[in-house]
This record gives sequence, structure tokens and C-alpha cells, in this order.
Amino acid sequence: MIGLYHYLGLGAVVFAVAVAGMFINRKNMILLLMCVELMLLAVNINFIAFSRFSGNISGQVFVFFILTVAAAEAAVGLAILVVLFRNRNSINVSEINHLKG
Amino acid sequence: MPYLSLVIWIPILGGLVVFAAARIPKLDVRWIALFFAVLVFGLSIPLYTEFNIHTAAMQFTEKLPWISAYHVNYFLGVDGIAMPMILLTTFTTILVVLAGWKVIQYRLGQYLAAFLIMEGLMNGVFAALNAMLFYLFWEAMLIPMFLIIGIWGGPRRIYAAIKFFLYTFIGSVLMLVAFIWLYLYSGSFNIIDFSHLQLTPTTQILLFLAFFMAFAVKVPMVPVHTWLPDAHVEAPTGGSVILAAIMLKMGAYGFLRFSLPVTPWASMRLQWLMMGLSLVAIIYIGLVALMQKDMKKLIAYSSITHMGFVTLGFFSVFMIWANTHSLDAGRLAVEGGLVQMISHGLVSGALFLCVGVLYERMHTRAIGEYGGVINTMPKFGYFFLFFALANSGLPFTSGFVGEFMVTLGVFHANFWIAVLAAVALITAASYSLWLVKRVVFGKVTSSRVAALKIISPREILILALLVLPTLLIGIYPEIILRVMHASVTHLLLQVVPAAMG
Amino acid sequence: MEAILLVILLGPLAASAVILLGGEYFGRRVAHTLAISAVFISFVLSLYVLYQGIWGGMGRIEQTLYVWGFGGPYQFTLGFLIDRLSALMMAIVTFVSFAVHVYTIGYMADDSGYKRFFGYIALFTFSMLLLVMADNFLQLFIGWELVGLVSYLLIGFYLKKESAIFAGLKAFIVNRVGDFGFFIGIATVLYFAGSLNYETVFSQAGLIAGKHIWITSHLAVSGATLIGILLFVGAMGKSAQIPLHIWLPDSMEGPTPISALIHAATMVTAGVYMVARMSPIYSHSLLAMTLVMVVGASGAFFLGLVGIVQTDIKRVIAYSTISQLGYMTAALGAGAYAGGIFHLMTHASFKALLFLGAGSVIIALHHEQDMRKMGGLWKRMPITYITFWAGSLALIGFPGFAGYFSKDAIIDAIAHSVTPGAGYAYWMVLLGVLVTTLYTFRMIFLTFHGKPRMDAHTWEHVKESPWVVTFPLILLAIPSVFLGGIALGPLDYGNFFGTSIVNRIGDNPLSLGAADFHGAWQFFLQGFTTPAFYLILTGIAITWVCYIWKPGLPAALRRRFWPIAVVLERKFFFDEIFIGGIARSGRELGTFLWRFIDAGIIDGLVVNGTARLVGASSRVIRRLQTGYLYHYAFVMVVGLAVMVGWLIWR
Repeated sequence: MIGLYHYLGLGAVVFAVAVAGMFINRKNMILLLMCVELMLLAVNINFIAFSRFSGNISGQVFVFFILTVAAAEAAVGLAILVVLFRNRNSINVSEINHLKG
Repeated sequence: MPYLSLVIWIPILGGLVVFAAARIPKLDVRWIALFFAVLVFGLSIPLYTEFNIHTAAMQFTEKLPWISAYHVNYFLGVDGIAMPMILLTTFTTILVVLAGWKVIQYRLGQYLAAFLIMEGLMNGVFAALNAMLFYLFWEAMLIPMFLIIGIWGGPRRIYAAIKFFLYTFIGSVLMLVAFIWLYLYSGSFNIIDFSHLQLTPTTQILLFLAFFMAFAVKVPMVPVHTWLPDAHVEAPTGGSVILAAIMLKMGAYGFLRFSLPVTPWASMRLQWLMMGLSLVAIIYIGLVALMQKDMKKLIAYSSITHMGFVTLGFFSVFMIWANTHSLDAGRLAVEGGLVQMISHGLVSGALFLCVGVLYERMHTRAIGEYGGVINTMPKFGYFFLFFALANSGLPFTSGFVGEFMVTLGVFHANFWIAVLAAVALITAASYSLWLVKRVVFGKVTSSRVAALKIISPREILILALLVLPTLLIGIYPEIILRVMHASVTHLLLQVVPAAMG
Repeated sequence: MEAILLVILLGPLAASAVILLGGEYFGRRVAHTLAISAVFISFVLSLYVLYQGIWGGMGRIEQTLYVWGFGGPYQFTLGFLIDRLSALMMAIVTFVSFAVHVYTIGYMADDSGYKRFFGYIALFTFSMLLLVMADNFLQLFIGWELVGLVSYLLIGFYLKKESAIFAGLKAFIVNRVGDFGFFIGIATVLYFAGSLNYETVFSQAGLIAGKHIWITSHLAVSGATLIGILLFVGAMGKSAQIPLHIWLPDSMEGPTPISALIHAATMVTAGVYMVARMSPIYSHSLLAMTLVMVVGASGAFFLGLVGIVQTDIKRVIAYSTISQLGYMTAALGAGAYAGGIFHLMTHASFKALLFLGAGSVIIALHHEQDMRKMGGLWKRMPITYITFWAGSLALIGFPGFAGYFSKDAIIDAIAHSVTPGAGYAYWMVLLGVLVTTLYTFRMIFLTFHGKPRMDAHTWEHVKESPWVVTFPLILLAIPSVFLGGIALGPLDYGNFFGTSIVNRIGDNPLSLGAADFHGAWQFFLQGFTTPAFYLILTGIAITWVCYIWKPGLPAALRRRFWPIAVVLERKFFFDEIFIGGIARSGRELGTFLWRFIDAGIIDGLVVNGTARLVGASSRVIRRLQTGYLYHYAFVMVVGLAVMVGWLIWR
């Protein structure tokens, strides 16, 4: 029987993968964006699981919101990425350290 | 007529108008600025003529609710201590506008706007009777000054501007803490209410120190004075004039408005500190001023010694009372300090304007590069000499009155304090007249001095406008003393018994 | 009467203001007419006031002009106190001033600063009158400082002459040192008397003497002594007493008319006038009076000695002035206030005469002041020569001349004085007579007698000065000769000053000598029997031998006694002590305080040190900010883990 913990486990695994992808990856900015999406996905899984098992629909409503926001965010992120590429001819993460103190 | 609101908001409005008008090409904003400056001065004159000299109560009061939840009101009013300062501010602003007439090329509109806005804010500081309102004006005033030094200043303007800002800001923040504490304790931000609180000794000491940090930096007292020479040297002429004439006075005003009435006991306990630092300022800074090679630095240091007299006069009242059991000499000392504030505003402002006249022509402030200026600019030479003499406390100029009254008052506290204070008679003459000797007198030392253009009618007007009050206060100081008597007496009757029991 | 007094006081001020402010709009003639007529009116009216004071039955006039300021209950006013003392001073001041004004027309004829000069001396006349006519200490101090100011302006009158500018600065600052004492003295007066008005203060003089102030925890000083000493410090500066005399010889850098007016006849005597005016206070303090007398008498002798070795004719007269001021001061200290004022009066005329005579010589020699380049002038300049003799004889106190009566009365008074130290002072002032004769006759012989030592071209052009120069000489020669005999009786031995001058009972040395006084004629005859007369004869003989008979002798003497000569030529090293010692250490202390404490410790260590500390710690901390997103993400995750862990296992 697949219970709540399995879903939560899945969410945790997806989240961990996203986090790992975030700082193991040093090459591609797009991968970072995808990892962010993956994190949101992990959150969504948790929301739906909780919603299903506690019988409260509002969790699923939140998922819709998050999906919308994620889509907008992906669009903005990609736009920034395009501008960045135009300016610097690279989306290599290890070269982007303008915030260095 | 709500004169106080007018002298606060008309200049700010004028500043905005000038700021906006600066974008219109071919429009001479200088006349607009001058119009507003003169208008505000005109509006401040009724403060003197309609002033009731027989009462110590706040006059021309205006009270409007503002942030009622925290008892922050728009509450204005002046007494005999604040009113002369407002007159000084409105008068000085006219001179500053005139002084920038030809000199400032870069962003003239913004420059004049900054001064007009600052004028309004400074008037606000002197008129505010609500602590939060006071604090608001007090801090807001830093912004235009910061910009004036930072944008129109000399080569090291950024260093000087930041030093000026940080120095004064750090002190002011402690004052805010003190205000908030007082509000939580008393439930009111009304400055007059503060002076009726019964505070414990420890509280008084802490509050006094918080106020001290704010005001001592502004005065400035040794050892927190080092921002002043830098700020003066880098500031444009107008900035130096406002700094010397008005901003320094706020520290002294704060001592009189907050430290003495709110924390009388602590003022008495720490009088050794205040008087000691004042004497250090008078003697030590006097010697330092002697050796300056930069004219503006010299005048800046001389400002510190003159302000030393002010604080010395203010904080000698307890010792005078202890020694003579009478407030008479204390009144003499405090009123002397107040006259010294006005006089210093006129005289050091004038000296900075004189340096500005020279700087405009030679683009240097180094004393060594001048010599024999009187041969090429005779009238200017005599103006410079006059103000240098006033700076050294020559009788019949305003510079004498304050030093005379303070020294005579302080003598009643202690013989040696008066002796040390009177050393300024020697040091002030030395640095002022040595400066005159090196810059004004002698042979023409260089081709650049030989090529100096004579002083223009506009410059004569500015300096002559300053000669008049300097002489007037020197010959008939009662003209300015008369408004102070009631307020000073009231202050001392309140402070000294509270401190001495 | 008030209107007359106002005209006397404000006339010169108005003339000065018009000339100084509007000088560019009118010519020289207008300028000098304005100044001279204003001063002349003041002079005539002052004479009228004096006449009223002596014969017209005018009492003491006290008149408040206006309230300068209230300080608490203290009321500071400006006003007049006119009694015989101040009326006499007013007459002296305006008389000498008038003579000098006329003289200036000739002396400054070819100077570009002609109008400015008239503006200044008219301003000086106003300031001096303000001081003399004062009825309170505030006004006294105001006048006191203003005459110092004008003196400063006039010493540095030649704006391009470096030495003159320096001398002006030196004069002002040295005077300020004196004023420093004076100022505290005034504060002391207010402390003890609660008022600065003469009347109020003097009426409490006894009380003040009874009160004390603790100077240190062990030393209490009586009010009268403290006031006396502090005010005298001011007089030391203004009246060139040891050790604050150093500015006066240098003040000779200024034009000669002002040397006569300011640095001989009037301003420098302000200190003497002040002490005499304060006699009600001084008479309560033997200590202060001893100080006054000893300082004065020492100056009279020792600084006179310096005059013997000077080569600049004006500096000789300057040292002579210091020496004569010493006489006046010594007389004050001895209690013979009237004697001091009498000598002040005769000195004003004969010393102004000597200065103006020297000026006449200087014009004739085209601004040459070195006596070694003069000589033989008597043939070419008869009026100058004769008047100079008259002034010189008055100066040395030759019987019959004005200076004799005033000086001999002083010597006599000091001999009778009960002030401690009078024995020392007596020998000083007596030997001072010899010294005076030595430098005076050396000056006369070097300037007017012997062979001409200037170059032939200059000698060709030597001629008597124009009438505007010689007229004041004659004008001043008259009182230099006759004033003494006329005024001696009433001033010194009569009760001329009435209550203006106060002595302790039985303590007026002049009144002790008055028993022997049988009229000026007798006094004159006695003059040929006093020791002073023989000293004068000795002095004349010595100088005659040294400068006429054997002109090589002074150089030989100098070689023989060179240590003494060096000490005198270096003026007892006062300049070295003040300029090289005190002024220089002040400047070095200033540099040290500025460089080391202000710029070093406060700014360098504390202010910029704080900034550097913040900067340094940021430099360390900024390494955390790598700029790599994945580092930030990693830190976030670690932080998250830590926080969650803390929430779970706390």
C-alpha cells in the first residue's frame, strides 16, 4: 500500500536532486532554472499528498497557484538568461560572479 | 500670521521652485532664489519686532496634530534663545545666495535649491517644540549639506562629506534613543514637558551623555571636532558659511534646549567635563589654529575656539551659583554665550566669504601663496582686516561682547578658569592678525597676486551687509540681549535649583 | 555741557569716518581740513572744559550716554566722567594731536597714503578721548583696545614694508598680553564690586580691599591687590614697562608723526593715567604699589641705558620714552599720583617736540634715520635745532625747563615715599638722570654738531623744513619750556585733582615734600644744588668729551667693555626671549598639537582608525561573498538544515 510517507519520500528525493543539481552543476544556467522548477515540483508533490491524505482541497488550489507562478518565473528567468547571453556570450555559471565582494 | 511655518515652508517651497525652474533654459534662477531668500528674511523680521521681551514663554506658537497615536505633533514656537538664531539663518541665506552668484557654474539651480531647502529645515530645528519634529528637521538638514559638500566641494569632497555625515549622524542617533526613552517615560514628545520630569541620577547621566554625543559633535567640542576642518576646507564657500554660521550653533542650542533643562543634575555633575573640554578648545585649538597653512582650516579651528566660549558660558552656571549663591553672573555667562553664537555666525561667515573672494580669483587657499593682497585689492584688504579684528575680539565689534560677558561671568565661578579663557585674547589676536599679515599686508609676493582683480560691487555688498550687524552688536549689544533676558532668567531659575537642590 | 563733550568726542570720529569711507571722492585738502578742524574744535572745547574745571567751578560731571548692555542685574554703560584729571588729559591729548595733525601736512606731503593717515590719526584721537573720558571700566577697556588698534594700523602704515608690518603685529600681540591681564582685572572688579562704574567701585574700595579671593588653596589675595596687579599688567603693555616694553622701539617703523602722538605723548601714557585714575584702589594695596614702583623705576634706569647705544635717532627717543614712562610709573607706585600725571603732561609736550624735531631732521635728510650719517645740521636747520635743544633740556630735567620741575618732584617724592622698595627706586630714578643726559646729549651732538657725515649730495639739499613742520615745533616748545614752572605748584603741591586722586591719609609723598615747597622760583633755584643737577653736568661733560672732543673714544670704550656693550646692544636679550623663546615655543607647541594630537591621535588613530578597522574586517568578511550562485545556494541549504535541526532537536 502506498502511503503518505512514500509521497513525502518522493518529494524529498526530488528536492534533494534539485539541490544537488544546483551546486554540483557549474556549467549551465539553464540547468539551474530547471532545478528551481524541480524544487517547486517537490513542493507541489508534498502539497498534493497532504491535500489527499488530510482531505483538504486547499492544498491542491495552492498547487495551481504555484504552477502559474512557476510558469511566469520560468518565462522571466529565460528572458534574463537571453539578455545575459547577449551581453556576456556565455551562460557558464562559474563565470558569473559579479556579486563577488 | 503663522510666521514660523512661513519661514520653514516658504524656503522649502522656494527651493522646489528653483529646482524645477533650473530645467527651463535661459531662465536666471538666481533671481528667483534671491527673491525667496529676501522674502523669508522679510518674514522673519516680525519675529523680532513683534517679540514680547517680557515673557519667557514660547511665542508665535502653532500646534497641529500630526501622528496623534504617538503624540507627535506639528508644534512650533520660539523664545528669546531660538528667535535670534532664526534671524541669523534667514539673514545668512541671503548672503549665501549672493555669494554663489558668479562662482557656481555647475548645476547652479540645484545648488541654490539645496540652500533654500536647508534654510527651511534649519529654521525648523530652531522652531520645533516637539522632539520628533526637532529630530526630523535635525536629520533632514544633513542631506542638503551632505550634497553641497559632496557635489560642489573641493578635491577631497567625498571623504569630507562622508566624514561630516557619519560623525554627526552617529551622535544624532543617540539623541533619538534619548527622545524615545523620554517619550516612553513621560508619554509626550513635547520638549517643554521634558524639562518638568523628575529623573533619577543614573537616568540623567545616561540621557546627558546621549545628548552630549549629538550636540558636542555639532558644536564641535574637542575631541570630536576633526570633521569640521575637513568639511570646511572641502565645502564650497556658501557651504562653509552655513556650516560655521548656523550648523555649529545647533549643538550649542541643543545644550541649552535639552541638556541643561532636561538633565540639570547630570549637567552639574559633568560640568567639569564640559568646562574642561571648553577650555581645551579655547587654548589647545587656539594654538593649533596658529599653525595652519590653509586659510579655511585656520578659520575652522578658530571657530572651535570661539564655540568653546559658548559652552564654557553655558556650563559654568552651577559653579557660579556654588561660589556666589546668585544667578546674576550665571545669566551674564549664558547670555554672553548666546551673543557669542550670533557674533561667531556673522564673523566667521564673513571670514569664509573673504576666503571665497580670494579663492575665486587664485584657486588656492594656501596662506603661503598669498601676500600683499592689499596692494591689488585695497578695499577687500580692509574688509578682511576688519573681520580678522572682529574675530580676535576687538571692542565695538560683536566678537568682543560674547568673550567679555562670558569671561566676566566665569570669573565668578573660578579665578583660574577665567584666566585660561582669557588666553584666547592673546591666541585669537595671534592667529587672526598673523593671517592678515601673511595674506593681506606686505609686498606683492607673486605675479598671481599682482594680477588679482579688484573686488566687485556684489562682493562689497555681501561684506558690507556683514559689517553692519557686526558693528551694531558691538556698539549696542542690548539690541540682541534684550530678547534673551527673560528666557535666560527663566532657564536658569528652572535649571540651577533643580540641580543644586 | 553734554553737547560739548559729545562734540569733543565724536568730532574726530566723524572726520575719521568721512575720510576713511569717502576718501576716494575728495582730495587731500578736504581730508586734512576735515581732520584738523575736527581736532582743533575738540582742542578748543577741551580747553574750555579745563577752564571750567579750574576756574569755572565745574564739579565732577557724570553722564551716562547709553546702556551698552544688561547682563543679568549688571548694567554696562558708556558715559563720561569729567573731572580735573580727565579734563587735563583731554587738553593734553587734543593739544598734541592738533600739533601732530598740522605737522603731518608737511611730513606726509609726498606719501600716497596721505588721506588714510589723517583718517587714522583722527580715529586715534577719538579712541584716546573715549578712554580718557570713560566713567567705567568697560569703556576704558574699549578705548584701551581701540588705541591699540590704531597704533597697530599706524605702525604698519607702510603696507609694503615687511619690518613695519611685523612691528605692528608685534605691538598688537604684546599689547594683547597686557590686555589679557587688564581684562581679568576688570572681571575681578566686577566680581568684587558688582559694577564696572568708577563711582560705585571706588566707593567700595575699602570693602574690596577687605575681601579675598583664593588663588590657590593656600594663597588668598586681597581684592585690591589682585585688581591692582592685574590692571597694572595692562599698563605694562600699553605704557611699555618691563618686560612688555619690547614693542615700543619697534613701533618706530611707523611714520614719525605717530611716534610723537601715539608712542610718546598720549597712548603710551594711558597706563599712567589709568593707574592714577584707579588710585582709590591702588592706595589700598601696598603690594601692588610696590610692584608698580619697582617695575617703573627699573625701566627708568635700565632701559634708558639701552638708549645710549642706539644708532637710530627715533629708537633713542623711543628708549627715552620708555625710561620716562618708568619715571611716571615709579611716581605712581610711590603714591605721588599727581607727580606722575604732571610728568606725563610735561613729557607729552617735550617728547612730542623731540619726535617731531627728529622727524624734521629725517625729512631734511630724505628719510635717513641713522645718527652716524648726520652731524653738523645746526647751521642749516636753526628752528629745528633750537627747539630740539629746548626739548632736550626739558627731557634731562635742566633746572628751569618743564621736565625739571616734574622730574625733580618725582625724585623728591620717591625719596619721601613709604612704599616698600622706595630706597631702590630712588637710586634708580636718580641714576636715571645721568643716563638720560648721556643719551640725550649723545643724540644732540651726533645729529646737530660735529662734522657732517652724510654724503655730499644730501648735504647740499639739507634745508629747514616748511612752516607746517616748524610751527608745531614752536607750538610744542612753549609748554616744554614754561609749563613746568606754572603748573608745578597747583598740580604737585596743591590740591588740584581734589577727590579724583586718592591717597591713604598721610601717605602722599608729595604732601610730605610740600613743607619744603615755597613756590616754583624757589624750587627752580634749589635745582642747582640737587645731586641730579651734578649728574646732568657730568653727563654733558662725558658726552662732550666722547662725541665732540675725542670722537674716537666711544669705539675704544666699546672694545674695552664689550660684554656690557653687547648686552645693551641686544637690549638685555628681551627680544630673543620673547620671539625666539616664547613665541617660537608657542608655534612649535601648536604644530605639535596639530600634527601629533589632532591629525595623529584623534583623526589618524580614532576616526580614521575606526574607518580602517571597519574596512579591514570587511576585507576579511568579503571573502565569503564569492559571487557564485552555487556557493550561496549551498550556504542556504546548510543554513536551512541547521535551523531545521535546531527546531527539531532543541
